[in-house]
Amino acid sequence: MEKRVTFKGWLLPICLLLPQVIVTAVFFFYPAGQAVWQSLFIPDPFGLKSQFVGLGNFEFLLGDPYYRAAFTTTAVFSILVTVASLGMALFLAVLADRLIKGSGVYRTLLIWPYAVAPAVAGVLWLFMFNTRVGVVSWYLGILGYDWNHVLNEAEAMGLVVAASSWGRVSYNFLFFLAGLQAIPKSVIEAAAIDGARFWTRFRTIVFPLLSPTTFFLLVVNIVYAFFETFGVIHTITSGGPQQATTILVYKVFADGFVGQDLGSSAAQSVILLVVVGLLTVIQFKFIERRVHY
Amino acid sequence: MAGREQHGMVQKRGVGHWFTHLGLIIGVLIIFFPIWLAFVASTVTQPEIVHPPMPLWPGDQFFNNYRDALVSGVNAPVAKMLLNSFVMAMGIALGKILISLLSAFAIVYFRFPGRKVFFWLIFLTLMLPVEVRIVPTYEVVAGFGMLNSYSGLIFPLIASATATFLFRQFFMTVPDELAEAARVDGARPMRFFWDILLPMSRTNIAALFVILFIYGWNQYLWPLLITTDPSMNTIVMGIKQMFPSGDDIADWPVIMATSILAMLPPIIVVISMQKLFIRGLVDSEK
Repeated sequence: MEKRVTFKGWLLPICLLLPQVIVTAVFFFYPAGQAVWQSLFIPDPFGLKSQFVGLGNFEFLLGDPYYRAAFTTTAVFSILVTVASLGMALFLAVLADRLIKGSGVYRTLLIWPYAVAPAVAGVLWLFMFNTRVGVVSWYLGILGYDWNHVLNEAEAMGLVVAASSWGRVSYNFLFFLAGLQAIPKSVIEAAAIDGARFWTRFRTIVFPLLSPTTFFLLVVNIVYAFFETFGVIHTITSGGPQQATTILVYKVFADGFVGQDLGSSAAQSVILLVVVGLLTVIQFKFIERRVHY
Repeated sequence: MAGREQHGMVQKRGVGHWFTHLGLIIGVLIIFFPIWLAFVASTVTQPEIVHPPMPLWPGDQFFNNYRDALVSGVNAPVAKMLLNSFVMAMGIALGKILISLLSAFAIVYFRFPGRKVFFWLIFLTLMLPVEVRIVPTYEVVAGFGMLNSYSGLIFPLIASATATFLFRQFFMTVPDELAEAARVDGARPMRFFWDILLPMSRTNIAALFVILFIYGWNQYLWPLLITTDPSMNTIVMGIKQMFPSGDDIADWPVIMATSILAMLPPIIVVISMQKLFIRGLVDSEK
């Protein structure tokens, strides 16, 4: 896509581009380049000089059981967050779409948590499940279940997944509802006349027609789970217990800022760069081609 | 929506209709419960919370708790943290909109040497979150002496191309006749930009503003790294700092009042600009 009508001159457009180019160069390309560069070195403990190790940091990382564990944790965490938030959102969107009137009211009521920062969501969920004062954990105790996410790895994972999915439900709900309302009612009507029940209609018509939306949300939610949930993890578990909730982004932070292991942290950044790059490519390639009818 | 009324036979009537409402109401309650609980906790006394179970209905300490939070807080007055968040969110939203409008205008309406290179340099930054380059970015910001400053909070988060991408797409849909007419009239490019392009982009700018304001307000990791001085904390990252280290009991009413204050501005923005927000969201992501 190109404009046919353009203005003349080259100095003005360069000046117009300059602010963005400068900001991007200083705060994006230079740091990203630094991350790649630093990933090839191991600094000495005093930070005075560093030793070139080539791909040594990467080799070490890939053989490091903690890093591999963080990879697995991230995968489990992202899948759980994506499935939970997409599932809940699709359920609510299908219900709201069945209403002739009032879906707007529910939309307004469900939109709120989108505005709540992941870190604040973390504090809210921590409060509900706090081992000392939490309301939910107290009632679970009455029921005979001893909740303790500080010690229990599975419960810690469950809690960060719940807190991370919670705010995402609104976002996914908006997209699913928009997608559902874009499906021509005549198609569904025709199936209904042929005698297809609700579930059959959903499975054979609605869900396939919704697949571009679903696929798009899948990618976006995985990106969210990978990067934006840092606040949830940091507020609720700080990666514990026994690193059970240490996802990759958290490990970059923990190794780089807490552990001061700059070479390793930079190498981890580079690996994450590659992951985001891949996800971006997938999003652009596949959304445009595969899932279209 | 007369069309939908006519197709009413697909919509369930009677019992099914009420189940639909019931399902949605349960969903809304589940979504709301954490916020409700935080609000209740922000209106009761500390002893009511530390001797569980806490009440599920608001108490009478609303003014005390919010005053305590706003005026003194735990490490820094929450009023100051609100101000910091506001400056950061506005800076990111307005800064990003400004530089993106200019660069999108340059890319769409001019042909100049190196245009393709600039284009790709800018678009490489799409989607790459600050989280993956935190250590080197921190070093850059520290090198400029921008730790504990508003510019340090704002600039690194402006460095991305999502907004540029959006304005570019919008400018492509603006009819060529308008630029043609402006050129025939001898209008300078910037005149065309101010008098025609900018007014036409109003809704897009507003929609993007909503998204970017929330994005900026809700930042956590970046403020956590570069604001070591409590008086420069943003409210979203400051909440966690209010928890005592060790075994002391947290000041829950004040912390929960702060949480409510932290989510209020973005919620107000989302609810009051719902139409624009949904439009901006769908446009910017699709």
